[in-house]
Amino acid sequence: MSFYLPIAEISVNILVIVGMGAAVGFLSGMFGVGGGFLITPLLIFYNIPPAVAVATGANQVIAASFSGALAHYRRGTIDLKLGLMLLIGGAVGSVLGVFLFTILRRIGQLDLIVSLLYVVFLGTVGGLMFVESVSAMRRGGGSGEVGRRSGQHGWIHRLPLKMRFQRSKLYVSVIPVLGIGAFIGILASVMGVGGGFIMVPALIYLLRVPTSVVVGTSLFQIIFTAAVTTILQASTNYNVDIVLAFLLMIGGVVGAQFGADAGRRLRGDQLRALLALLVLAVCIRLGVELVVYPGELYSISLPSGESD
Amino acid sequence: MRAMAFGLLLVVALLAAGRAALAQSPETFEIGLSTDSISITSDFAGERLVIFGSLDNADQKILRQGGYDIIVVLEGPRRPAVVREKDRVLGLWINRGSESFETAPSSYALASTRALRDISGSGILEQLGIGIDNLRLGFNRVPGTASPNRDQYAAALRRLRGEEGLYRETTAAVQFVSPSLFRAELALPAALPVGQHLARAFLFRRGEFLRERSEPLWVRKAGFENWIFEFSKDNGFVYGILAVALAIFTGWFGRLAFKRD
Repeated sequence: MSFYLPIAEISVNILVIVGMGAAVGFLSGMFGVGGGFLITPLLIFYNIPPAVAVATGANQVIAASFSGALAHYRRGTIDLKLGLMLLIGGAVGSVLGVFLFTILRRIGQLDLIVSLLYVVFLGTVGGLMFVESVSAMRRGGGSGEVGRRSGQHGWIHRLPLKMRFQRSKLYVSVIPVLGIGAFIGILASVMGVGGGFIMVPALIYLLRVPTSVVVGTSLFQIIFTAAVTTILQASTNYNVDIVLAFLLMIGGVVGAQFGADAGRRLRGDQLRALLALLVLAVCIRLGVELVVYPGELYSISLPSGESD
Repeated sequence: MRAMAFGLLLVVALLAAGRAALAQSPETFEIGLSTDSISITSDFAGERLVIFGSLDNADQKILRQGGYDIIVVLEGPRRPAVVREKDRVLGLWINRGSESFETAPSSYALASTRALRDISGSGILEQLGIGIDNLRLGFNRVPGTASPNRDQYAAALRRLRGEEGLYRETTAAVQFVSPSLFRAELALPAALPVGQHLARAFLFRRGEFLRERSEPLWVRKAGFENWIFEFSKDNGFVYGILAVALAIFTGWFGRLAFKRD
């Protein structure tokens, strides 16, 4: 079942791509993350050009986030006002990110920066999560819910331009909110991720948003950030592969349903330890590739950096 | 300035040589392609292109001795290319050096009656730009700093394209089917670039270049994939919006199909 992807310009096996989408969908349903940070490296491992993998990853993330956000909207666990503020920051970040992406590709350093960002972020997030979940298992806590710390980060709450977010029971300056949004927007365009794995801890630990509204709000804003990124990538770099994205989405939507069921049967700390190991494995795989002798030292591209 | 003067001199010399050859040689020479366009579909796995040609008014004695040689090439569209070289920096393999080539042909298939070095002197082949080693890549360096076309990046470009089958030379692939008719067969790679290609045939008599004929060949993508590709290039913004709409619809549909709130 091989199929020729129009933008990536290579033949792929449909079953492998749908399976990849299903596996990541399963994990994202299980752990409540978008899965972009797994899809993009997996596509790169499968020889999809990194630039196409990044842009298509952003497109795929929309479907997963929209599906998840709908459920949260019905349960009323989205803070629309907070989401909107994050979104304004996110749109600015996306524009900056796509601009950065185009420049990096032209100077031939895009692949390197994408890999490095993945190694750094996946390594940090995976490492922290692993340490945290193992210590939670040691304590033998049954629920495994992440505790809400208080006290620190007073400076964030002293910033001007305060705004009230009723659903999150928050009265905080918009500056850090816009900043987090912009940062996620840049990551979304350069790494092809929704940014949930950065957004969720940032909202919890920096802004102290209640855990119940964090996931829904984060999903809500990711839809738009990923949508802006997709449209910008499609109109400036022409590297969104709609066929590849669609195959991934089909797998993802189905996989997510089974993942959510599996997730309910595992304990929170075990779940987080598993996800942490997975994140670390992808990180190591990408890291090794940067260090090991590549075999072929030369490469040819168009002046814009597009593969020819 | 000096380079220009030299170039001009070369052109004049070539023209003079050409006219001299023309005056002496009554041979006429024409080629025809088996097709004037090639459609690339998703399952395109390369193709054989047959080029026919006629050689009239040839000197029968020279012909019997095998004194006529023909080289047929198919040149892909010339496009700028950047070749990068990885180097180890702080333990990481990073793209360091690079070189731009303004007019490197995106593909080059050559067929000849004999090995190139047996047909003519390397000087003549280099002047005409015949053969992978003599391709004009449009090397963009200040004159005098290095011998153009001969540095490591040019070598890497030729080698990489050779490995992909984009640059290929085959000897003994041009054959006379009758005293005045010849047939050349070129193996085109699966990754044949899209655009206007140029089929060129060169006629040599005992190592002396007589004349050249050329015919264009169009290579186009075809099929559903091509339609998507073209659309994404021409209407990037609309394509992006459609990609987003498709994702939203798929997400929403997934929610409906597996409702479990």
